[in-house]
Amino acid sequence: MRSGIFAQGTRTTRWVSAGAAMAVAGLLAGCGSGGGGSDSGTITAYVYGDDAVKVQQAAVDTFNKTSEVKVKLVPVPGSDYVNKLRSAMGSPSAPDVFFNWGGGSIKPYVDSEDLVDLTSTIKNDATLKDGFLPSIMTAGGLEGKVYGVPMRGMQPVMLFYNKALFAEHRIEPPRTWEDLQGAIKTFKAAGVIPFALGGSDKWPELMWMEYLLDRIGGPEVFKRIQDGDTEGWGDPAVLKTARTVKELIDEGAFGKNFNSVDYGSGAAPTLLSKGKAAMHLMGSWEYSTQLGKAPEFAKKDLGWTAFPTVAGGVGDPANVVGNPTNYWSVNARTKHKDAAIDFLKAMASKSYAQALVDNGDVPTTSNAASMLSGSPNPQFATDQYEMVQKAPSFTLSWDQALEAQYATPLLTEISKLFAGKTTPEQFVEAMKAAR
Amino acid sequence: MSHHTPVAKRHGDGKAAVGDVGRPPVAWAVPGILFFAVFAIVPLAIAVYLSFCEWDGLDSPTFTGLDNWTRLSKDSEFGQAAWLTLLLTTISWVFQTPVALLLGVWAAGRQRSRALLSAIFFIPLLLSTTAIAMLFRALLDPNFGVIQTIGPWLGIDPNVMGSSTGALLVVAFVGGWQFMPFHTLIYQGGARQIPEVLYQAASIDGAGMVRQFFHITLPQLRHTMTTSSVLMIVGSLTYFDTVLIMTKGGPGTDTTILPYLMYRTGFQTYDLGYAAAIATALVVVATSISLIMVRLSGFGSMRSTREGM
Repeated sequence: MRSGIFAQGTRTTRWVSAGAAMAVAGLLAGCGSGGGGSDSGTITAYVYGDDAVKVQQAAVDTFNKTSEVKVKLVPVPGSDYVNKLRSAMGSPSAPDVFFNWGGGSIKPYVDSEDLVDLTSTIKNDATLKDGFLPSIMTAGGLEGKVYGVPMRGMQPVMLFYNKALFAEHRIEPPRTWEDLQGAIKTFKAAGVIPFALGGSDKWPELMWMEYLLDRIGGPEVFKRIQDGDTEGWGDPAVLKTARTVKELIDEGAFGKNFNSVDYGSGAAPTLLSKGKAAMHLMGSWEYSTQLGKAPEFAKKDLGWTAFPTVAGGVGDPANVVGNPTNYWSVNARTKHKDAAIDFLKAMASKSYAQALVDNGDVPTTSNAASMLSGSPNPQFATDQYEMVQKAPSFTLSWDQALEAQYATPLLTEISKLFAGKTTPEQFVEAMKAAR
Repeated sequence: MSHHTPVAKRHGDGKAAVGDVGRPPVAWAVPGILFFAVFAIVPLAIAVYLSFCEWDGLDSPTFTGLDNWTRLSKDSEFGQAAWLTLLLTTISWVFQTPVALLLGVWAAGRQRSRALLSAIFFIPLLLSTTAIAMLFRALLDPNFGVIQTIGPWLGIDPNVMGSSTGALLVVAFVGGWQFMPFHTLIYQGGARQIPEVLYQAASIDGAGMVRQFFHITLPQLRHTMTTSSVLMIVGSLTYFDTVLIMTKGGPGTDTTILPYLMYRTGFQTYDLGYAAAIATALVVVATSISLIMVRLSGFGSMRSTREGM
């Protein structure tokens, strides 16, 4: 009996181990080629996975119809994107083409010579050269070289406001610092938080720093820092910016709770739509966020305007900060460089711009102006486009403009400043000392 | 492979039949050792190696000697994180142990509806940490959460997550809420092992419930307490997900405990060498604390709590 089972067992065991061996081999093989861009005739493209992926997917489908080399789009969920890209780029299965924010977000890849320099390609190609707004093209570059082609809508930071509240208290959206102070007093007296702020996410606080510094000292102050001079944080305009932030907090411009309010879960946008806060400084995606969460409010009472001037500031009030757009960059190790560049050219096409407009985005192509009337909200799209088109300078969000090794400490220091853990002077010192 | 296992088995069987101690041969431990080596020892060794390097995750690591370690010793942020970790660990232990102990002893009894209530108490352990953190985040939202209505009643400022002390206490509370059922289970098991005769003898001598608890239950649960405490302390030292989701280390850096500092340094700043140094320091501290606790409590020598019975 026992020996019988034993004999049978051996045979079964053999089968099982053979099966297991095959499974392991399969897994190993899978590791080698999985997600890799080195398959014959395929380009892997990593894209930030959100609602807008459908626009890129459609462009990929169109491209694949005519191209011999096929593009495979890999949407990576937003919060994991940066990390996943980072790990993939350091591995043999790196993407051939990938989504990025330009500037500091691609600096490490440029430094390790992982990216294709597109400067001359673009210069010699009329479609790419004249296809996009010039300020957008340069904003994503590094040291005068271009590494990316714009592929999504523009995302300037704007001052959003609740029209109903402004009408109720009979005031106009602020255009100067005096207006802004007046609005803070009025709304505070009425028990309304003047500005919604998702402080626990940190980056919404950064937007205030960016605009204040630009209005106070002009875009050159941050440009110097971005170019690698940490002494730039010692500019008097930075200290004034930090002090202005402190004054705003002390006078209750952001309410009392902003440290535990976040943007991600929708708390800050809801403050605005429910009329608990009057204004919200946010990227232009706030419009689609509100459209998704509070459609009634977005259609009827959501207003938008430029960031006001700051008393005594030297910056041009027409300047804009935010994310100019997102870019496709090409991995230098790709086997299909020409095909990848062909795919990038499709981003300048009229049909792609139209698809972006239909999705509610404002494309950064030079031909976009005429299409915006077909946008879901033509007024918002046109205002946004003109704001960017007329802006003498478009400063890339600091956390994208700087490399992660500076950007992360920056966000931490800003969060400490807003939480009242450090003084404006300590903030400046900490930033000068950041490695 | 197919031949070895049965042979080993037969070998073991043979030994047992002879009447030996019946301990399984070393071969039985091979899968466990392999698994542990591949997923724990090797990564640990790599992390220790990386702590002597500078690495951004893209190029190859460059050896920098003790740079990361000297930086660690001077880094005030690391000091603050270590202090907060210690604080969180202490708060967690003080909060969880008494409650889990009492619940566990209660759950070991045979009262009516005990099984049902125990099952309900067990639920938090079955939920994912992420879900729990998001749930509490929503409850504690200062403008829209339940805390806004209930807080003033209990004398709590609704902005509890915005204050430094509040945020740390919340993190400790949420972790405690989630893991208490687990420790309750450990204490329940421990309490069930206590021989009934001890209580019978005590009752005859006239000891009441409270005296029985302090003079029989507690001493008998000594080893259980060590087990639970080691798990609790090591758990608190490596506590991470709740901080990431609920506070992101804020306000400022006031809930940036060591594991979160490690994550931020490694996966947001991409300073992987320094992050490895923090990780290694954490491993050393956690291991030492566990060893010290085991040594001090006499758990290591495995003396029985039933000596002389």
